Amino acid sequence: MRSPVELADAQPGPAFTVTLDGREIEALPSQTVAAALWAAGVTSWRGTRGEGRPRGVFCGIGVCFDCLVTVNDRPNQRACLVPLHPGDAIRTQEGTGHHD
Amino acid sequence: MTDPNDPNHAAVLPHLAVIGAGPAGLAATVAAASRGVRVTLLDSAAQEGGQFYRQPAAELRARRPQALHHEWRTWERLRNGLRTHVDAGAVRHLTDHHVWLVERGSEGFTVHALLGPEQEEPVEVRADAVLLATGGYEKVLPFPGWTLPGVVTAGGAQAMLKGALAVSGRTAVVAGTGPLLLPVATGLAAAGVEVAALVESADPKAFAGRTGALAAQPGKLAEGAGYAARLLRHRVKVLARHTVVEAHGTERLEAVTVAALDGDGRVRHGRERRIACDTLAVGHGMLPHTDLAGTLGCRLDGLAVYVDEEQRTDVPGVWAAGETTGIGGSALSLAEGHIAGRSAAARLRGTEPDPRAWAAAAKVRDRLRAFFAALDSVYAPPAHWTEQVTDDTVVCRCEEVTGGAVRQAVAELGAGDLRTVKLLTRAGMGWCQGRVCAPAVAGLAGCELTPSRRPFARPVPLGVLARAGEPESD
Ligand SMILES: Cc1cc2nc3c(=O)[nH]c(=O)nc-3n(C[C@H](O)[C@H](O)[C@H](O)COP(=O)(O)OP(=O)(O)OC[C@H]3O[C@@H](n4cnc5c(N)ncnc54)[C@H](O)[C@@H]3O)c2cc1C
Ligand code: FES
Repeated sequence: MRSPVELADAQPGPAFTVTLDGREIEALPSQTVAAALWAAGVTSWRGTRGEGRPRGVFCGIGVCFDCLVTVNDRPNQRACLVPLHPGDAIRTQEGTGHHD
Repeated sequence: MTDPNDPNHAAVLPHLAVIGAGPAGLAATVAAASRGVRVTLLDSAAQEGGQFYRQPAAELRARRPQALHHEWRTWERLRNGLRTHVDAGAVRHLTDHHVWLVERGSEGFTVHALLGPEQEEPVEVRADAVLLATGGYEKVLPFPGWTLPGVVTAGGAQAMLKGALAVSGRTAVVAGTGPLLLPVATGLAAAGVEVAALVESADPKAFAGRTGALAAQPGKLAEGAGYAARLLRHRVKVLARHTVVEAHGTERLEAVTVAALDGDGRVRHGRERRIACDTLAVGHGMLPHTDLAGTLGCRLDGLAVYVDEEQRTDVPGVWAAGETTGIGGSALSLAEGHIAGRSAAARLRGTEPDPRAWAAAAKVRDRLRAFFAALDSVYAPPAHWTEQVTDDTVVCRCEEVTGGAVRQAVAELGAGDLRTVKLLTRAGMGWCQGRVCAPAVAGLAGCELTPSRRPFARPVPLGVLARAGEPESD
């Protein structure tokens, strides 16, 4: 299968490691949380407050807030906007993301 | 570099703040900076380009970004124009600046922004005039299963592809209505995703009856033919007058059910088909971003910012261009941005602009506005889309308010407008402030979609709000 990276002939710097709930996944320099998770085959990283239903990217541009995720202990970050850095700890977020 | 907030420097040249670095904002910036005005260009994104010219993140080092794009030459011209003016010190480009409020005072305008993806650190920019080029966002109407991971907006799929070189799966269905579905389907296909179907609710035959404004744009028709050829090449099946009635899956999308529509826009039962897919890119048109204009007190014309022939709003010193003034695609945004930039530059320098100087752009603008008005009457969601919204379909994604709850608020509690439904059900009260659910709630309540007045264009940390209210220390 041809990939978007091949199509655009992207030659990013070396991948680095971040974690999703403690599991190591790879990310590319400046990749957003959402893009790295999609690349790792993950499409949901939040359980809704009411019904605990899974959610991930919807609008892709920061408008809908469906993609909220906890990064380095900061809850409610928009995964489609936030770029990753080596060693970042991503956590799936349940409900409000606060322990209440 | 000189500090644009430095009063000594500000005294030299008038200062225009342009908000939004998409086609409209870039055209405006280049036009104004070429005519003796200092410009600060602010955008929440890390790079210029907006939606249409969204670029892969710089560190991905894409050597062939044009493979994801159309109209690349125009882009090169815009980008080079911006760079030239930035290098000459006429333009300051502030990336990662989320503008949450523009205030008008006796001394001009103050643009309030939050820095970076975290959006906690505040920044203020003062300017003599502002030009709003904030573009728009997508409208998506609900149907059972639309909250499943793997269901994304059509533009969102495109934004993730262009900006992050990322796709959410291997097999996609592109669905809804509108001209945006074509580049999304061909873009995904070119990037290696199998596009199982392009499901468009409009009737292609309806184009035949509207040849006037459509035929007046031969370039646009050729563009359509180009997409048709690409769809054919990628073997994308096009299902016109069809709609997605349900998305299936438990933890993520596994399939969609697609049905044909009858002449009245109702689903024909008994002929549904199921298509396996892990991605559904769906959209039903676009809506303008008008929050900043709203708090400035600019008049809205329907859902868009009202502008005159020069792209001026009805608030002195505030111009607007591009999709914030009405949806019409990148070429229209470019023409409007160009006119707005020239008008603002002339007036900031104290001269009366001569519209003959931008006659060519005005002609393009008038033609494209007519063209999109004609398109708009053809591309429409199914007339009876609300019938697909079951009582347990989530309508407000943030607050998890169902179709049943909205209907109850209307039928039993007498709610007849968006605000009352919101107070009774919480639909529209969540993080997105009703941006996503408002069209659906209006449809279910049988009321008009009215622009909601949001105090701020972005959620603002309380500490920033408290400080913004304080008298300035410097
Ligand atoms: C997600 C998405 C994808 C799209 N993809 C395509 C496509 O592939 N092909 C196509 O033909 N059309 C596409 N469109 C349609 C697109 O809107 C137009 O083609 C065109 O980009 C409009 O130009 P514009 O300059 O008016 O606005 P935009 O290009 O939308 O630019 C507006 C800019 O303003 C910025 N902005 C908005 N609000 C703020 C704020 N408060 N603070 C700071 N910055 C702000 C945004 O970050 C953006 O960069 C897409 C639309 C969307 C919503
Ligand atoms: S996907 Fe909508 S805000 Fe991130």
